[in-house]
Amino acid sequence: MKAIGIEPSRGARWLIGSVIGILFAIPLLSTVMYTFRDGDSGGLTVAHWAGLFDSNNQHVLKPLWIGLTNSLILAVVTVGIVLVLLAPTMILINLRLPQLRRAFEFLVLLPISIPAIVLVVGLSPIYQVIGHTLGTGAWTLAFAYGITVLPFAFRSIQASIDAIDLTTLAEASRASGAGWLATLVLVLVPNLRAGLLAASLISTAAVLGEFTIASLLNRQVLQTSLFVVAKMDGYASSMFTLLALALAFGLLIVIGRLGRISLRKEA
Amino acid sequence: MGIAVEQKSGTRVELRQITKSFGDRVVLDALDLDVAPGEFVSLLGPSGCGKTTALRVLAGLETSDAGEVRFGGQDVSAIPVNHRDIGMVFQSYSLFPHLRVIDNVAYGLRRRKVAKAEASRRASEALEMVGLDEFGERYPHQLSGGQQQRVALARALVTEPRVLLLDEPLSALDAKVRVQLRDEIRRIQLRLGITTVFVTHDQEEALAVSDRVAVMGHGSIEQIGTPEELYLRPATATVAEFVGLSSKVPGLARDGQVSVLGQQLVLREPVADGAVEVYLRPEDLRLVANTEPGFDVIVTETSFLGSFRRTLAHTEGGIEVRLQHAATDRVMPGDQLHVAVASTSVLAKPAA
Repeated sequence: MKAIGIEPSRGARWLIGSVIGILFAIPLLSTVMYTFRDGDSGGLTVAHWAGLFDSNNQHVLKPLWIGLTNSLILAVVTVGIVLVLLAPTMILINLRLPQLRRAFEFLVLLPISIPAIVLVVGLSPIYQVIGHTLGTGAWTLAFAYGITVLPFAFRSIQASIDAIDLTTLAEASRASGAGWLATLVLVLVPNLRAGLLAASLISTAAVLGEFTIASLLNRQVLQTSLFVVAKMDGYASSMFTLLALALAFGLLIVIGRLGRISLRKEA
Repeated sequence: MGIAVEQKSGTRVELRQITKSFGDRVVLDALDLDVAPGEFVSLLGPSGCGKTTALRVLAGLETSDAGEVRFGGQDVSAIPVNHRDIGMVFQSYSLFPHLRVIDNVAYGLRRRKVAKAEASRRASEALEMVGLDEFGERYPHQLSGGQQQRVALARALVTEPRVLLLDEPLSALDAKVRVQLRDEIRRIQLRLGITTVFVTHDQEEALAVSDRVAVMGHGSIEQIGTPEELYLRPATATVAEFVGLSSKVPGLARDGQVSVLGQQLVLREPVADGAVEVYLRPEDLRLVANTEPGFDVIVTETSFLGSFRRTLAHTEGGIEVRLQHAATDRVMPGDQLHVAVASTSVLAKPAA
């Protein structure tokens, strides 16, 4: 069915797509070209990219590698928090405590309305305690990130919960003799996979792009090291920005592919 | 062994003084129900009468505020749904979308630690029983609604549960499939001898397949009996109105007789003298020649139903009656008909 007069025409769609595409492409292409520019002659060179792996440059690049590693660790832990804590809680609320749905939604969407800089004011004393108990490992920042990604992860998961008849599936599984764990792992998770994947992806993207909290809490992550290195070596920070983008893009494709493969297996 | 083996020993199922409220609303009010081993009992009633809640309490999907659920004389109220050994078919399609049909059916067996090969074999047998043995490799979305409910039935029966619970399993299906599957459920149930509780709001469905029907209203059972008992001797006005079609016609009772629409009739059940409402089934009324005793009505609407015709008409006084007559007696809205009560005895309740 086609909604009359609401859907833009084919031409208009292309136009909108192109304008947005150009808007994104120009800075990206400029950055790419910049990393190939020879600063002295103005010509093109691959020297900057080759320099990434040159041991003489490692004093400049080291913070970037550390930042990138830390960010990836944080992404994994944050996704873990989303999948192990948020998703089961949402399933529980939808199945057993539907009267709490609105209150929970309000709570979970709160972080989107609180600026990171305000969040840090509350977080810094908490991180003093965390530092004493759990140490100051890079991964501990994931507790804060787990909160900042809540609104995004919540939306994706809730959309896929709304798309299936969660209650009936759970009841059918239980009536067939399955306990709660089997119901969760064998029935609910496979049917919520699209939402869980989207939530993981968006959490990863948010973590890789986060700067404010990490910077204010003096943590070294990808964005903070990019900021530092940019002051020393503009080429290096540009190349790492591109690498980080490519990484996120690659993750997106991998996760999307994973989702589609298992879907096809079912179809 | 497999499900094809005839099992004739059903389990007695009892609900005792089950009370359940949602907030201020009392949904089940000291409900008692006793289902004999191997019996097929329907819970029939309008929406909101508590029939689904009763079934869910039986299944263990809801806990009651008070009362006991007993299977085979044993109190199972504290046993969670996954250990109650039930099979259940739901109103909405409840197959697991990500599993093939055969894996859907084998699911309960696998949860009971039945080895994979054995579970597949028994699942195939169960699918064969519902006539879908060819469809094991498909996914639920590749099946029609009726086929999906058949698979759900196979999934409910494959574990050879003590009790089969059916929560309006036919209501999402179209009329023809509904009748087919209804009869098939009954056939399988009789063969397996499994105690079955069937929830429905469709009286025709309940009357067609049940050993006994429990008509529910306001959280308790108004009457439980065989379909014939309910139809011929409804205990309450609600039952009379809900089971079968009835016209409610004012009458005057005296000495075991009732005068209604100018005719004297025998009362089927005694009722206090005075103003009464007489329940007339469509088949209690027939078209007669103008010379015979009877009364005149004007046709409001009439529908052709194949072998017979059902006509709604009203008297000059505005009393509505439904009658059933041969399809060859063609009538049109506005026609005047002469009608007599054919039945010798009728049911009446004191007028409200």
